[in-house]
Amino acid sequence: MMSSPPIEQSEQSAPQPAGIVERLVRDDSDRKKFLKMAGAAGATGFGAFVLAACGSSSKSKPAASKAAPPASTTTSSSSANTGDLAIVNYALTLEYLETEFYAKVVASGLFNGKVGSLIKDFGAQEQTHVEALKGTAEKLGGTPAAKPEGKFPIQSASQVAQLAYTVENLGASAYLGQAASIQSPEVLAAALAIHTVEARHAATLGTLVKKSVTPDGAFAKPADMSTVLAAVKPFLV
Amino acid sequence: MSDYEIVNHALGGVEVHGMTRASFILRGTLAAGAVYGMGAVGPFVSQAIAETGGGDAAILNFALTLEYLEADFYTVKGKQVGLSGQARAYASQFGAEESEHVTALTAAIKQLGGTPVKKPTFVFPASDEMSFLALASTLENTGVGAYNGAAPSIMDKKVLVSAGSIVQIEARHAAAIDLLIGKSPTPNQGFDRPIEKAKVLTAVKPLIKA
Repeated sequence: MMSSPPIEQSEQSAPQPAGIVERLVRDDSDRKKFLKMAGAAGATGFGAFVLAACGSSSKSKPAASKAAPPASTTTSSSSANTGDLAIVNYALTLEYLETEFYAKVVASGLFNGKVGSLIKDFGAQEQTHVEALKGTAEKLGGTPAAKPEGKFPIQSASQVAQLAYTVENLGASAYLGQAASIQSPEVLAAALAIHTVEARHAATLGTLVKKSVTPDGAFAKPADMSTVLAAVKPFLV
Repeated sequence: MSDYEIVNHALGGVEVHGMTRASFILRGTLAAGAVYGMGAVGPFVSQAIAETGGGDAAILNFALTLEYLEADFYTVKGKQVGLSGQARAYASQFGAEESEHVTALTAAIKQLGGTPVKKPTFVFPASDEMSFLALASTLENTGVGAYNGAAPSIMDKKVLVSAGSIVQIEARHAAAIDLLIGKSPTPNQGFDRPIEKAKVLTAVKPLIKA
């Protein structure tokens, strides 16, 4: 677990405050307040997310802190940034999992030819999502969430394709589920740009497993944070 | 490419549009309403919305035009060119979904106090299955960019989620069609960049007969 001392409220010349995830782990009273804010239903899910994100930190560290951005661009103490940072780090955690999943699938050698090439592309795209979200977290004046450790059953091509279909549909609904909560138009634009790519992935996997490219029908359904975190919990070590 | 550059590449095309004067006045009156109570500002709000269709209503009318176009394309043009197999199945499914988008957007615009645009008459340059699918790919991918470009300007969060729930479907359509014609389902790689409204309208203008 993190062993650094609690972070003071930042002043312009002080070091950047830790990201929302780290702060929640370090300061138990803050965490309880946040969880209460997140709502009773969300609390369990987010708690698991927080613990999972830091659970493997005995061997891994959060992303190395970079030099503080210029003070004039720092608004990290605003509640809008704090909220957006939490959402960005939530998305980043999901993207880390997807990236790891695809890396394992590629390594399995279960897919070749055109499909294998698509899988490789999707993995590379998830990686660009990771990089973008890390950058966004830092731009918001926060610390990007730690890379969680994932575990995925990789047994057969059809089982993996089905799992990928499930994961991508979940990812798309997760982004849609956060759209209303994002405060910054720039963060929203980034989320929307990623959201539709996850949907493209899901549709592609749908064609592979012979399931609908639009499983929700004409209107995609948003999924809230607690639902998504509960769904990904089995994939977190 | 640094992380920052990647973020900015994704955001490069975004225009968070300046507000129209009516929208600005509307925002001010809504703020005043918060202080004095909505009764005081009611007439001004209706007036502002009636004049411009309201910011959100105008955005949804832009979306409605595109949905009319897509629905017509799949259901009417699709039948005309004669499709078979998967192309035929997609045209049927997607046409039904676009029609649902038309219905939903029409209702949403009315709910916002705006006036839904009337269905235009379209002309689609496609004579066979191959050219039909090529045009479908263009229309769906343009639709994705159009929604992603317009969405950050939407003020009402419920309207934003509705737009999001629709654009996700367009992206799924786009991917399915692209795969069918041997193209990449992710033509924009990891980020479906926004396309500004003026560019979208320029692109679809030739398809609108009246």
